Amino acid sequence: MTRSQSMQPQSAVGAPVARVDGRLKVTGSARYAADHGPADGIEGVVHAVLVEATIGRARITGVDTRAAEELPGVLAVFHHGNAPRLPYRDNPFPDSINPPGERLRAFQDDRVRFFGQPVAVVVATTPETARHGARLVEVRYAAERVGTDLAAGTPGGEPETYGRGDVEAGLRSAEVRLEMTYRTGRNHHNAMEPHAIIARWEGDRLTVWEKTQWVADPRNELAAAFGIPQESVRCLSTVVGGAFGNGGRTWVHSVIAALAAREVRRPVKLVMTRKQLYSGVGYRPAYEYAVRLGSDRSGRVTAMAHDVRGETSRYESHADDMALGRMLYTTPHVAQTVSLVPLDVNTPTWMRGPGWSTAAYALECSMDELAHELGIDPIELRLRNEPESDPATGSPFSTRRLRDCYAIGAREFGWDRRNPTPGATRDGDRLIGTGFAAGAYATERMNAQAYARLDADGRVVVQSATSDIGPGTATSMSQVAADASACRWTPCASTWATRCCRPPRSRRWPGRWRASARPCRTRATCCAPGRRPRGHRPGLTASRRRPGRVVVRDGWLSVGTDPGRGETYPQLMGRNNRSHLEVIGSYEPPEESGFSMYSYSAIFAEVAVDARLGLVRVRRMLGVFDAGRIINPTLADSQAHGGMIGGIGQALLEHTITDHRDGRIVNADFAGYLLPVSADVPDVRAIYVDGEDREADPIGVKGLGEIVIVGVAPAIANAVFHATGRRVRELPITPESLLG
Amino acid sequence: MSSSQPVSGDPPPDASPWHVSRRTFLVVTGVAAGGVAVGLAVVDAAAPDAGTVARVALAVNGEPVVVEVDSRTSLLDLLREHLELPGTKKGCDAGACGACTVHVDGRRVLSCLTLAVRLEGADVVTIEGLAPAGGALHPLQAAFIEQDALQCGYCTPGQIMSGVGCIQERHTGSAEEIREWMSGNLCRCGCYVKIVRAVEQAAGEV
Repeated sequence: MTRSQSMQPQSAVGAPVARVDGRLKVTGSARYAADHGPADGIEGVVHAVLVEATIGRARITGVDTRAAEELPGVLAVFHHGNAPRLPYRDNPFPDSINPPGERLRAFQDDRVRFFGQPVAVVVATTPETARHGARLVEVRYAAERVGTDLAAGTPGGEPETYGRGDVEAGLRSAEVRLEMTYRTGRNHHNAMEPHAIIARWEGDRLTVWEKTQWVADPRNELAAAFGIPQESVRCLSTVVGGAFGNGGRTWVHSVIAALAAREVRRPVKLVMTRKQLYSGVGYRPAYEYAVRLGSDRSGRVTAMAHDVRGETSRYESHADDMALGRMLYTTPHVAQTVSLVPLDVNTPTWMRGPGWSTAAYALECSMDELAHELGIDPIELRLRNEPESDPATGSPFSTRRLRDCYAIGAREFGWDRRNPTPGATRDGDRLIGTGFAAGAYATERMNAQAYARLDADGRVVVQSATSDIGPGTATSMSQVAADASACRWTPCASTWATRCCRPPRSRRWPGRWRASARPCRTRATCCAPGRRPRGHRPGLTASRRRPGRVVVRDGWLSVGTDPGRGETYPQLMGRNNRSHLEVIGSYEPPEESGFSMYSYSAIFAEVAVDARLGLVRVRRMLGVFDAGRIINPTLADSQAHGGMIGGIGQALLEHTITDHRDGRIVNADFAGYLLPVSADVPDVRAIYVDGEDREADPIGVKGLGEIVIVGVAPAIANAVFHATGRRVRELPITPESLLG
Repeated sequence: MSSSQPVSGDPPPDASPWHVSRRTFLVVTGVAAGGVAVGLAVVDAAAPDAGTVARVALAVNGEPVVVEVDSRTSLLDLLREHLELPGTKKGCDAGACGACTVHVDGRRVLSCLTLAVRLEGADVVTIEGLAPAGGALHPLQAAFIEQDALQCGYCTPGQIMSGVGCIQERHTGSAEEIREWMSGNLCRCGCYVKIVRAVEQAAGEV
């Protein structure tokens, strides 16, 4: 791997060091939102339980709270009939990621917009009493006809369109034409930690211990809802038990908890049930993705039309980014329409690899279908359509090592041993197939700011308002900090606290945010007391030299031409009577870089399909990723495994099922919504192609967390076709879809 | 949990209609014997409003506790909400994810499906009790760090308690056997490959 051009030795970045918060997490000491209590100074907390609508679309005609209120221990029941009116100032992007529309409000009107919408909340002294009370609240409705079926829905508004060339003419003149429609089921994030919040008011100031991927968002949304200054809201989020996108927004339950806390004048803890999460915190929307594809006999794709329909709610328009079909292949004639179909459902949100993983399923299955039709190897077909520059913009790619991904993956997976004929490979009762798919994900850069402090004892503290939902942010930040300050990377006491302030950066969300105006508080520490190398002479007044010539190694500062003379940071600071040095650095990506920047994936999967039962098992999977510089290969592997395993779920297991008669989700639990378990995951491996991307950002990273799921579902779907000869154009691929 | 700390002391600070129930800390005694502190904490974990209250004596992480417990309270909520042991996690509250796994009388159980009133005389061990605070980690805890068998960490306490059970049950003959016997513990971050490696590693050490 190439290193940056810094004179400083780069030793921490790239090292497979253990995560700094590992001990906290394996001892149960890491404190997630709902874990906070008296030990954190939260006294007298009471418990809130939501009452959900049991109807898909209605007007509430009455709420009978008497039975609940008579229950000893119940403090209050709030609903639209008695809840205070809240100011609910607008809080649009970029202060939030609220999509266009009118957000769901906490008990501000009598409308039921979807099955499971919170219609009341019971506050009680114990969780048991609050749960019991919630069951005693009776809500009466005037029912209205409900529409939740994407296939039967009508698009609202104008579709988003894209075009280049003349796709209809291109299709007409193509030697080979294919037309397919792919369907994807709705997926739920199902992070292991349920959304939870503890809200406490002190006068007009609100403190929340909240599950969030972006600590500024709860502050901004709660301030907007209650009409108070952003400075009056403090959001604390130490660790997050997974999110995968649904911790980006601040959902209505957080406002409800804060409302209840203000009214009962007690800290209120609200932990959503697993069932409530299915209608409370977003999901990956279901899609219909129609592809019309034209090609010549040699496999050059000349025209491609993508017509996409996705579900959204009636009160907000959530749109995923479907740009993959515009940039992955060199196709001269491309047209795309993306329509949103408003339904009586809660608003979807981004879920890992949003848009790109959905588009990859349709695009990469259609390419596999073309390869089969033409009798061309699927990888060779991709190579014949590989662009030299971004076909959507004409810009050069910053880095695009997709050919390397194909070559390395094919070699490591043993692709050349494959019999290309579908349904031709058996292992006893099982049909064996291998499949391949490519993927890409846009590299997103945002304004960022970090505070760094060098203490007299040589410790470096870096703070920035990011959160760690699992990738190991504190660890990788401290590695970057160690190299930037040329300090030895030592996992000191891992101080790790995220507090509200402007967000510095997240690769997870598209768009840009304003720069932080103050030091932020997520910390990464590395230790470097500084050690004088053996035999070296002290006494260099390094600070008087031109900074560019000073080389620091292991906390030892010297001039490049005379490494023997130098001093440590503590010596330098002691000589200058400084207790610490601090600096706030910020980064603002250029408006126009002139480059197209993406991470890339090549996914290889082998499946075994039970010939009689239709049961699909993944036997092994390999992902090769071009994600720029890898800060920590151990953490990267964990990310990559997780993405690929999530893709197994997307391909074979996960499907939120709605009963369209009343809009109810019928499998809102882990018994009915299947996630991959250990037994579903035998052998998963990730490889990263070498190379930082100097155009992407100062540390050469393109982003890994999203790309690792893009291409997984189509690779598995293509392997199922190869195993069985049957093309299933709907996810998840279930046994029943392969039988009969 | 420390026997020298009141587990809950939360008298109503005022006479407002919102005052919290008494969750009165009743007794704490400490007996030092051979350098080992043995405490008896008696906790009223039930609200006065609860329908049925029972007194249960059990041991949590080696320390005896007596709780006045609402008959509806799960072991999970007893640990998290009343004994201030939030290391055990609530993932589904329905016995389907394994995040709440603890040991009761040496067996791995789902604490969300275990009513606290059942636990008279039981010996409960949670993630907080697997290794001494600040001391050496259990080999499986160390293996989880070494193998990076975690990401967000939320399922990790349950995975580790389940993994210790899996090792004690000798279901570690092969990676395939470990996968089968660890499949009751969901990990949405997808750490399964490394979790199996960690259990394999610790099984060789225990």
